Amino acid sequence: MAITLEDVENIAHLARLQLSPTEKQEALSSITNILQVIDQMQSINTTGVEPLAHAYEAAQRLRDDVVTEKDQRITLLALAPSTQRGLFLVPKVLE
Amino acid sequence: MLNQGIADIARALVSGEYSSVEITQAYLDQIALHNGELNAFITVTPEQALAQAAAADQVRASGNAGVFTGVPIAHKDIFCTAGVRTSCGSRMLDNFIAPYNATVVEKLLNAGAVMLGKTNMDEFAMGSSNETSYYGPVKNPWNRTLVPGGSSGGSAAAVSGQLCPAATATDTGGSIRQPASFCGLTGIKPTYGRVSRWGMIAFASSLDQAGTLTRTAEDAAIMLGIMAGFDPKDSTSVDLPVPDYCAQLNKPLHGLRIGIPRQHFAQGLKPEVEIQIRAALHEFEKLGATIKEISLDNSHYSVAAYYVIAPAEASANLSRYDGVRFGYRCAKPVDLEDMYKRSRGEGFGAEVKRRIMIGTYALSAGYYDAYYIKAQKVRRLIKDDFVHAFTEVDVIMGPTSPHTAFPLGAKTKDPVAMYLEDIYTIAVNLAGLPGISIPAGTVNGLPVGLQIVGRDFDEAKLLNIAHMFQQATAWHLLTPGA
Repeated sequence: MAITLEDVENIAHLARLQLSPTEKQEALSSITNILQVIDQMQSINTTGVEPLAHAYEAAQRLRDDVVTEKDQRITLLALAPSTQRGLFLVPKVLE
Repeated sequence: MLNQGIADIARALVSGEYSSVEITQAYLDQIALHNGELNAFITVTPEQALAQAAAADQVRASGNAGVFTGVPIAHKDIFCTAGVRTSCGSRMLDNFIAPYNATVVEKLLNAGAVMLGKTNMDEFAMGSSNETSYYGPVKNPWNRTLVPGGSSGGSAAAVSGQLCPAATATDTGGSIRQPASFCGLTGIKPTYGRVSRWGMIAFASSLDQAGTLTRTAEDAAIMLGIMAGFDPKDSTSVDLPVPDYCAQLNKPLHGLRIGIPRQHFAQGLKPEVEIQIRAALHEFEKLGATIKEISLDNSHYSVAAYYVIAPAEASANLSRYDGVRFGYRCAKPVDLEDMYKRSRGEGFGAEVKRRIMIGTYALSAGYYDAYYIKAQKVRRLIKDDFVHAFTEVDVIMGPTSPHTAFPLGAKTKDPVAMYLEDIYTIAVNLAGLPGISIPAGTVNGLPVGLQIVGRDFDEAKLLNIAHMFQQATAWHLLTPGA
């Protein structure tokens, strides 16, 4: 499957990645090459084969619905680039 | 004093030959001398290390020492270490001081380990040469114009360069085994779920596994015994008891059935490497094992399947890096979208962005079935190949890598060439199986690794086999020349 520069721009938008024009060109060429490797799989017959998401298909373990985490707000806020009144500060979301 | 492993140091500390403070200082001095050149460490923690060493010496004096008390090690910079920068080799986390210890770190700390520092790695564990790190490439101590392998290149260079006796590492597609092969070390990737991933920065959640890079199988057995075990904080952690790996090291190998996959001895494998591997296999015959050719029919699709699954999982895992709560934020964002795009665009390196994009594409509407689901079906076929092989043999052996360490810069312009580095190792992660690489020869003075793959949770057998080989041969004793 061939991809275009427009595809690269759409993917970069979905992934929220800013790319320079050079980076976009490089991405187009390297992703095209990688897709050629990936497309090798199209030649295998996988009819009737179930997808394998986990090596030995373990089920998600459940636990009792009790609070086990402690309040680490101060510790975690200290890691943030910008905070205000105990909240993470970001540029305006709503106009 | 520095040409030692964990077992040697533990014995010396017991006999009082030197103290933990003394051996720790010796390694810190060596790091100060050589790290500038090797670039194996991103962060060195001298004050903390010496404080831990002094505390360990006190514990020993009061008669409460265990095997690991006071033994210095390094941690790959993918493991969260409380109060210490945890960068994952990325600008995105250059300013990130982990607020907690990963379970692996905590376990080793509680066993008395001394942390020398955090080792360099390919950015977000994406790479096979340790050339994608924000902190610059790592050099192979065997020849400083060559790569140490990746992504755990810093850990491998630190141990083989004698800057530390052992280090933690991680393996998603070969990132412990391939550097072990390039640097003449023993590197084990346990069964998926054997070691907790809590506090281990996630790359591909169904493939990532923590392990060790050591000088010997005995050291790996000691270290893995401490690291392994059920962790309720990791929902993929398996609740199985941890065997005493050391107790099983010396079991004789008579009757061991070894399978060698014909696909791993085909085109692409350098003839000089093949000669070394076949000689190593003959050693196993002398130890009483039998060898039979097997087929891993879908082996040649493993790189294709991996390069859908791993990037897809990475695109999900790395979406948390958004400049909001921690990590890199771009300067003067004009709005939220600008903040996300420039923080990520500037914070991530080229390889990481490339893989995020492939993953995003493979998961996107219209391509999800053709790529992601298809790859998961191929993954099942690959796993089934191993299951079938293990009805006829006990372990599978072959070269870890098609060649020895390659020059810095040789493959950086061609991502696909770099991806093919992991051609023999990747299927093991897809199948969730344990794998170990041990030194088994040299070509032009450069180490060659033999890979041994086992059934689920058969780490004890892998370590036993590796140890018996290391009792009969001397490849693991070789060190880089001056």
